[in-house]
Formats: sequence, structure tokens, C-alpha cells
Amino acid sequence: MNDVRKLRIATTSLAGCFGCHMSLLDIDERLFTLLELVEFDRTPLTDIKRCGACDIGLIEGGVCNAENVHVLREFRKNCKILVAVGACAVNGGLPAQRNHLDLRDILEAVYETEGGLARGAHIPNDPELPLPLNQVHPIHEVVKVDYFLPGCPPSGDAIWKFLSDLIAGRTPTLGHDLLHYD
Amino acid sequence: MSEETTFFLDGEPIPFTAGQTILQAAHAAGRYIPHLCWHPDYKPHGSCRLCTVSIGGRSVPACATQASEGLEVANRTPELDDARRMLLQMLFVEGNHFCPSCEKSGQCLLQATAYELGMMGPHFDHFYPNRPVDASHPDVLLDFNRCILCSLCEQASARDGKFVFVMGGRGMRGRKVIINSASGRLADTDFALTDRAANVCPVGVILKKRVGFSVPYGQRRYDRAPVSVAQAQEASRE
Repeated sequence: MNDVRKLRIATTSLAGCFGCHMSLLDIDERLFTLLELVEFDRTPLTDIKRCGACDIGLIEGGVCNAENVHVLREFRKNCKILVAVGACAVNGGLPAQRNHLDLRDILEAVYETEGGLARGAHIPNDPELPLPLNQVHPIHEVVKVDYFLPGCPPSGDAIWKFLSDLIAGRTPTLGHDLLHYD
Repeated sequence: MSEETTFFLDGEPIPFTAGQTILQAAHAAGRYIPHLCWHPDYKPHGSCRLCTVSIGGRSVPACATQASEGLEVANRTPELDDARRMLLQMLFVEGNHFCPSCEKSGQCLLQATAYELGMMGPHFDHFYPNRPVDASHPDVLLDFNRCILCSLCEQASARDGKFVFVMGGRGMRGRKVIINSASGRLADTDFALTDRAANVCPVGVILKKRVGFSVPYGQRRYDRAPVSVAQAQEASRE
């Protein structure tokens, strides 16, 4: 009888493109092996909305608005091990390339001056919309991060190697073939 | 006598000739000492300190320390590689090194060295500097947001006899490469794609236009082999 408790994993995307989650699916049939070892808490795969007590939290995307900060802090509070997955979580990635621009100028350009917008379009100001931050930040600038898994996205093989090491209690290592920042 | 012209790098004998630095001799022998601002064709600059090695417990730059007979040099120790990794992390956060959108990715010495040393994350807070790009030249784009201040462009341009690039300013945020023209624009110099300086930048500051991403992912220089292997192979062909 296998009475070993499965590790509990949560995942989320902050200011990212979900490419890292797509790459997680690229581990293909090894997902079945993974599911023998872990169960998923909050993740797009389960559609659970709030993160509970977990062993590992995988976060893709950087921090670009107030909701990102809230979700990130919730993950940090509930996850024993927090992993920054992908370029955006590691260094801000492509979203952070707006960091040298003025936020209002960007919003005006997108919502008010671009062609093709409806007449009278304006910058959204619904109170339910999270407020954007002046700059996009990698997650380690907001909370303590235990491990970094770079890549845009990290390949399925890199994610598999990383998780295999982590679940087995080893310090994750990738080596030349799997370590890429792009 | 051969004993008089050999030093030891991590216990391995390295032959050298009088006047050679540790890094010069190691490179010629196909042994890799991590480095960024050193180039075999130019004088050592000693600014990046990636090539720091240990001799008798004392840390010295391998690029600017002459080899001597019987010297015992420690190179790839966990302690030295830890220090190198920290230097790399500082260089990454002091610039805007967004590898996924950089044309130099896969051919970049900074990136390849970080792979070599297993740098997984930046550790420090990012500066996100805002340095203007110069797209004025018809054939070359300059993106100073990636500059690591190695000075190789300055040295190469001096060798070209054009003195297009010069190091100027002071301090961490003030130090920068300046374009030597009245307007400060590259277009107003006699810089050409055939210049040595056009091909010397180890990172993605000096980029040739209309060739970006021409080599597919997976086939670029440091995709094919780690920098330590690639440089050893190149040295054996020289």
C-alpha cells in the first residue's frame, strides 16, 4: 500500500503570457508520472481560485499590478517552496520592457490615441480593475523566492528535470542543454 | 627547460612564454578561465573581474597577472565560481538584459558565461536603466542598455584608427561609452561594418542591422557548445 502523502503544488500566472504553463503541459505523458507524485491546488488546471497550504508554488509572470502583489503574497504565505518560473518571473521579462516609459503615456497611447479604437475610448477606470504599478518587477523583488527556473519559456524537458530534482529532494540543476534564458 | 615555462592551473600544467599573462597562456592551451572584458587581441582591461583566480590564497585577475614558473593557480573552485556568479548577477541587474528579445542571444558572452556558471536567477533588485539607443547609422544599431563597460569597442576602434568609441563619465551610473562625434551620433562618424569594433562587442550593444535572428534558436554559437568548450575548440584552431 502506498501511503506516502502526495506533494501539493499550486501554479499561477501573474504578468505573463501563460507560455510557461503551456510548457508545463509539454512534459506530455510524464504528466501521468507527475500525478502519481503530486496533486494540484490552485492552478489553471484545476480552476481553484485561492491557494491553500502547499509544498511547492510555481509562479510565472512578473508583478505589474496590485492583484499580482496580492496573489504573490498569498502564494508565499501558503507555499513551503516558491519557484520563479520563466523570464518574466525571474527578471520581469518582456512586460518589464515598459519600465523606462511613463505609465500614463503608455495607457494614453493604448486606449486614447491609437487608431481603430471606438470614438470616445478612454483609459479603463473600473474599481474592480487592479491598479497597474509604475514598473513591472520580478517576483523576488516582492517576496522571498527559493528557486529560479529561467527560460522564455523553460522547455518541457527543463521543467521536468527541475521538478524531478525538487520532488526527489535534490537541488535542481539543468546543465548546458536545458539552461536557456530565451 | 620546460620546467621553467610551466605553471599549474587547477593542478594541470600550462606552458607559457615570457611576458604572457595567466589568462593568455591558459587560453592558448585551451583551458577556460571565465572572462568578459578580456579579448586575445587587446590589452587586458581588468574591469569585469570574472577571471579572478587564486594564488596562494590571494585573489588576482588572471588577465593582468603574469604567469611565472611553477605558479599554483586555482581557477574553477566552488568559492571562485560563487564570486563570479555574483559578479554576473550584478552585471545582469545593472543593465537591461532581456534575452528573449535580444538579437545577440545565443551568441552573447555574458549569457554564455552565466550558463557556464549555472546562474539561475538575478538575486539582486533590478536597476532597469534608461539609456538611449542610437539607431542613426544605416548599418548598425547601438543599444547601450546592454553595455557591461568592457571597453573592447574602445580598444578595437583605436586599433581601427578611428577612435569612434570612448569611455567617459564617472561612477556606477555615470560611466558610459560615448560616441566620438560632435553630435554624439554614430551616423556622424566614419564607423563601418568592416571595422574591428563592429564585431568585438561581447554583448548585444553593437548590432548589425537586417541580420537579427538569422541563425535559428538551437544553432547559435553557444547553443552548440558551452563557452568553455567553444573557446577551447577555437583556441586549438588558432
